Amino acid sequence: MLTYLLRRFVLALLVIFTVLTISFALTRLSGDIAVAIAGPAASAEDVAVIRKTYGFDRPLPVQFVEWVRSAASGDLGRSYLYREPVSELIRDRLPVTLKLGFAALMVALLVAIPLGIVAAMREGSLVDRGVMLVALVGQAMPGFWLALLLIIQFGLRLQWLPIAGAEDWTGFVLPAIVLAFSAIPALMRLTRSGMIDALSSDYVRTARAKGLSRASIVMKHALRNAAMPVVAVSAVQLGALLGGSVVIEAVFALHGVGFLAWESISKNDFPVVQAVVLFLAVIYIALTLIADLFNAVLDPRLRAA
Amino acid sequence: MDCAICWGPRVTPEPVLEVRDLRIRFGGVVDAVRGVSLDVRGGETHCLVGESGCGKSVTALAIMGLLGRGAVRSSARLAFRGTEMAGLSEREMAKLRGDKIAMIFQEPMTSLNPAFTIGSQMAEVFERHRGGGRRVALDRAAGLLGRVGVSAPGLRLAQYPHQLSGGLRQRVMIAMALMCDPELLIADEPTTALDVTVQAQILRLLVELQRDLGLAILLITHDLGVVARVAHRVSVMYAGEVVESAPATDLFAAPSHPYTRALLACVPVPGVVRRDQPLGSIPGTVPRMEPGFTGCAFRARCRYAMEVCADDVPLRLQGPDHRYLCQLVV
Ligand SMILES: Nc1ncnc2c1ncn2[C@@H]1O[C@H](COP(=O)(O)OP(=O)(O)OP(=O)(O)O)[C@@H](O)[C@H]1O
Ligand SMILES: [Mg+2]
Repeated sequence: MLTYLLRRFVLALLVIFTVLTISFALTRLSGDIAVAIAGPAASAEDVAVIRKTYGFDRPLPVQFVEWVRSAASGDLGRSYLYREPVSELIRDRLPVTLKLGFAALMVALLVAIPLGIVAAMREGSLVDRGVMLVALVGQAMPGFWLALLLIIQFGLRLQWLPIAGAEDWTGFVLPAIVLAFSAIPALMRLTRSGMIDALSSDYVRTARAKGLSRASIVMKHALRNAAMPVVAVSAVQLGALLGGSVVIEAVFALHGVGFLAWESISKNDFPVVQAVVLFLAVIYIALTLIADLFNAVLDPRLRAA
Repeated sequence: MDCAICWGPRVTPEPVLEVRDLRIRFGGVVDAVRGVSLDVRGGETHCLVGESGCGKSVTALAIMGLLGRGAVRSSARLAFRGTEMAGLSEREMAKLRGDKIAMIFQEPMTSLNPAFTIGSQMAEVFERHRGGGRRVALDRAAGLLGRVGVSAPGLRLAQYPHQLSGGLRQRVMIAMALMCDPELLIADEPTTALDVTVQAQILRLLVELQRDLGLAILLITHDLGVVARVAHRVSVMYAGEVVESAPATDLFAAPSHPYTRALLACVPVPGVVRRDQPLGSIPGTVPRMEPGFTGCAFRARCRYAMEVCADDVPLRLQGPDHRYLCQLVV
């Protein structure tokens, strides 16, 4: 168990290092940053000054080491736009994104798990096929398009829900549903296939031979085993949802980390872009670690390993 | 039974389990069981023998009502203690299963749920049928584990299946099957997956339990050594049919169906059955039966096969309680 987690942890560190490298490389490769910061009206001298102030004149490896070192100590640089430390910008906007991400995950699980179970219990039936079709459509539908449909129907026509901003929880309803949609197909398929395997397993046959109730057979014996990969994947999905919030926060004008990323990309505020990419990646990796931990707790075989 | 006295509780005359003309078809194309009839009496061990694929497990699952979708079951009678089970709802069957009728499966490694402790899995069957809370159930579970020869039962209850060897898991399955004092125990090759010493222990255990509890046991096996050691009555199965059925002593004394004789002929010393002798040393394999098949299913492998074997096979009597299905008169 400990060695297993340790191995996972080392792996996570390696991934984070890779992300650091990539996010650094991307911002440096996308043209001369000093020129971008200075803007189209700046003179050559202005650019040179900027280059000097921000240290872009130094060799790339030096810049990289510098960036890794400060990132490791929590200093993600300053926004050119807001003139504020990026870490503070992120901290201020994080609650909105986390609320959105968790709400979306809850919606996704509440839809995906029951549908997956029902589909598995009636494998091959019309219900099953219907559910799988919904999954397919859900996967094919772009998030922003669904967002627009929902905004038109529930925001504009029926006027039930706000279409922008998050004054109270109602502002989260539509974006959470839209975001959840991207996670539902994968979670549902996983629940369904896990349940199909579990329901045809020898231990479920034993449970039936013991005369247990249908509820106990399905919800305890089968689901407990089918849930393990679902739990793992839902933590990973949460990471993906947080990442996916860039588009959704932009569409619904929710001022979270995603909105910040979108804004800074369009304004060339590269320390923010770099930092948000790194931040989302670290969250994603942390969630994957948590998923492994969950799995270890749920699966006694892993616990012993 | 001629040795009823030496078996403790007397073999009761009325059958605990009655099966008449049981038929199972898979997906409309495979006839896995084709008219099986057998009785199991209280205190009696009825052995169902036959090569791999002849339909033993499917028969057991059909009796338990545990066949999956895609299987169609029919029977003239399928009665437990005189109650017809074919008409029972799933809910009513669930009341019998685990309580009055228990089953041990062929696959000890996968038959326990990996996600729950032994204690929880053993206790839940008792709680389900008898109530009485977890404490009582766990006490009983610990007692039974000790009874089936598991050391440190208290410790085992807190363990997960993966921490136990195959032999221990099968003992757990047996103990779990006994949680509610069943009247009928269906044991599907309970020792096949285990090594020889463990096999012997588990068989001894079953015999002991039967003596003490008066269990009716339907024991499925393809090991003639096992049959010779524990059977009161034997039904020999081939391609979904019982081709010969007799009290164990009669069957060994006068095997009548060519298949039974071929099985016994595979045993090296005539009359003496070696424990480690499996079936299946007859050339060829059990054919897959399709709907509409007539005649004797063994004729392709039978050294006495005649033209008439393609016709309907008569049921012959070799003794008052000894039947076989063959054209030949022995
Ligand atoms: N779900 C199923 N679908 C189709 N055919 C099946 C199914 N289950 C069993 N069968 C067929 O039924 C026949 C009998 O199988 P069964 O498992 O009862 O054999 P067995 O006598 O228990 O053999 P073994 O000694 O190997 O356990 C086999 O030919 C098998 O292929
Ligand atoms: Mg079998």
